Amino acid sequence: MSDREEHDEHVFRLTRRKALKGLALGIGTMVLPAKDASASVWDSFFQKNFRELSRPERQKILARLEKEYSATYKKSVRVKDTPSPEGVLFGYGLDLSRCVGCRRCVYGCVTENNQSRDPQVHWIKVLRLSKERGVDLEHSEQYYNPATVPQEGYFYMPVQCQQCENPPCTKVCPVQATWKETDGIVVVDYNWCIGCRYCMAACPYGARHFNWKAPGLPAGEMNPETHYLGNRPRPVGVVEKCTFCMQRTREPDGKYPACVEVCPVGARKFGNLLDPTSEIRNVIENKRVFILKEDLNTQPKFYYFYSV
Amino acid sequence: MQKVWAFVQGCFLLLRKGSKLYYAWVFSLLVLIAIGVVAYANQLYNGLIVTAMRDQVSWGFYISNFTFTVGVAAAAILLVIPAYVYDWEPIKEIAILGELVAVSAMVVCLLFVTVDIGRPDRFWHLIPKIGILNFPQSLLAWDVVVLNTYLVLNFGIASYMLYSYYYRREPNMKYVFPLLMFSIPAAISIHTVTAFLYNGLAARPFWNASILAPRFLASAFCSGPAGMILMFQVVRKWTNIEIKDKAIFKIAELIAYAMFINLFLLGAEIFKEYYSDTVHLAPVKYLYQGLGGHSDLVSFIWTATIFNLTAFFLFLIPQTRENYVTLNIGCVLMFIGVFIEKGMGLVIPGFVPDVLGDFYEYSPTGTEILVSIGIWATGLLVFTLLLRIAVPIMNGDFHVGEDGVKPHIGDQLFFVRKRVAVEDEDLYSP
Repeated sequence: MSDREEHDEHVFRLTRRKALKGLALGIGTMVLPAKDASASVWDSFFQKNFRELSRPERQKILARLEKEYSATYKKSVRVKDTPSPEGVLFGYGLDLSRCVGCRRCVYGCVTENNQSRDPQVHWIKVLRLSKERGVDLEHSEQYYNPATVPQEGYFYMPVQCQQCENPPCTKVCPVQATWKETDGIVVVDYNWCIGCRYCMAACPYGARHFNWKAPGLPAGEMNPETHYLGNRPRPVGVVEKCTFCMQRTREPDGKYPACVEVCPVGARKFGNLLDPTSEIRNVIENKRVFILKEDLNTQPKFYYFYSV
Repeated sequence: MQKVWAFVQGCFLLLRKGSKLYYAWVFSLLVLIAIGVVAYANQLYNGLIVTAMRDQVSWGFYISNFTFTVGVAAAAILLVIPAYVYDWEPIKEIAILGELVAVSAMVVCLLFVTVDIGRPDRFWHLIPKIGILNFPQSLLAWDVVVLNTYLVLNFGIASYMLYSYYYRREPNMKYVFPLLMFSIPAAISIHTVTAFLYNGLAARPFWNASILAPRFLASAFCSGPAGMILMFQVVRKWTNIEIKDKAIFKIAELIAYAMFINLFLLGAEIFKEYYSDTVHLAPVKYLYQGLGGHSDLVSFIWTATIFNLTAFFLFLIPQTRENYVTLNIGCVLMFIGVFIEKGMGLVIPGFVPDVLGDFYEYSPTGTEILVSIGIWATGLLVFTLLLRIAVPIMNGDFHVGEDGVKPHIGDQLFFVRKRVAVEDEDLYSP
């Protein structure tokens, strides 16, 4: 055997050994957290941050996810990546004089956005506040349970992601798994989040939620119209949040978010802040408006107002 | 390069040698580690639901422990400064032990962060170039950088020094001194960055006080050295190394100053919260008095406060500081006191009441406690093994042999009761 051949063989052996070692290590680290995964585990493991992907790479990933979800939920699931529409900045209005605290928005949101039913994950929290104290969060109650609402002496304040213009949550993320899109929506790449929960500590509105265990989403109740950055099924161990139903609102036909649609008293308004004729602009210009925790300079695009 | 390899081989040879006590100690640590690993495997399998953390309190016992151990690691500079800046001989002899404490504490820190994250399989997202490290925006990214730098720095300094002593030559201070000097701001930075991690969050008024980083440093310079004083006595009693009383008493004196600053800063913060009496008072009230019928932390924080105050006076008075009974009581009280104050006492009230006023009372589950015990045991094991190498090198029982290649191992036992017994062991050396 010539030196050259011997050298080649040596190199081969080394690389094979390295490859096997890498394989063993890789499997070792992955088997436990992803016990139910299929062969696409590898693709998903090596997937880049969503913002770094090229068009064809994105398409491949969406196709993979659609296949995976369709198999899991036994129905044809669509995963879109509709980008942020041009000339749009979404804004939200909530009429505190109308809200009766029925919490239909909470469950409308759960159904639309494929939140976990067991354990329950709610992106909207409705606070019951006493009229005497006003907006005093420390004396708020989230777990009120009367026979009928509204109750005498109380008013209700739903809180969800405020889609801050200056979001503290995206700033703190150590891996840029969360960011603000040009239409103002703060999103999470569920395939990039490492689950450190720093964003949850940073959020002044309790709008971020962690998957403490694998989300319990019954196949029958799964909404198959999904967005990659929005309501697609989430894995265990990552953070999720409200995206103003981007799977609906970003589409050309521009549907309202589920919570707006489901509100029985019309307390919820939604629209494009850049459009002077929009409903939300009308609210801001003509009603008494306030934003939550304005002293923190988060500049929410979620406006509370009083219509009467 | 060959010499390095020979040194490493010698070290591994040495690690396998030891008295029955050494073996028993290492074995019991391994058992604790194994228990921790099983508990962690369960957590990986089921998700973090097996902990008591929830959306309201999203960081718990793991991050509390992390915060505390960063302080322990930073405290190494309390030995480095007198030893190298002021050239104080009694401490210079043991400064290297402080660096080994720092190395072990950093291992513990990094493990606590690892077990806390929801997707450890994605840790590589933090590696620059391969993943994305959100530097300099995220303070967590800063923490990754400074913690690893500090670990490498201390490990580098300590192993170079030991390597030099092993080959029976003086370390070249031209290289070591700048690194030692750099390790001082690095130690301060690890604890400052960890404080800033909390400090920068306007959403959590309990942490959003500019006094937080100085408080962190002051308390770190109490707990870390208190632990070291206890540990030095154990090491001095059970192994063949000399540590002078003078060195221990000097450390105790430094602790007294640090505790004074710590208590003063705490008082300043308490004053500001109670006198201004704003909505920001809620977490402090929850911690010290209980709020709205919730008072899980009250007994803990008062225990910590009483422990810290008692320890402060024990360290302040020269007679009690230089009496080993009262000194040791002080060390234990201070270690526990700061552990509560900088751990659960700092992390949990940041989350209670939560940002929307919800009260979720957190106390760690069995899984969290077992995993934490496993991690602490790992730290102790790392420290034991580092000592196993460092102690014989420092007292001349482990060095390169006459032939310049084979190691000479004079200390076959490591953990021994009496110093006399070791003299004869030379007979068995290879």
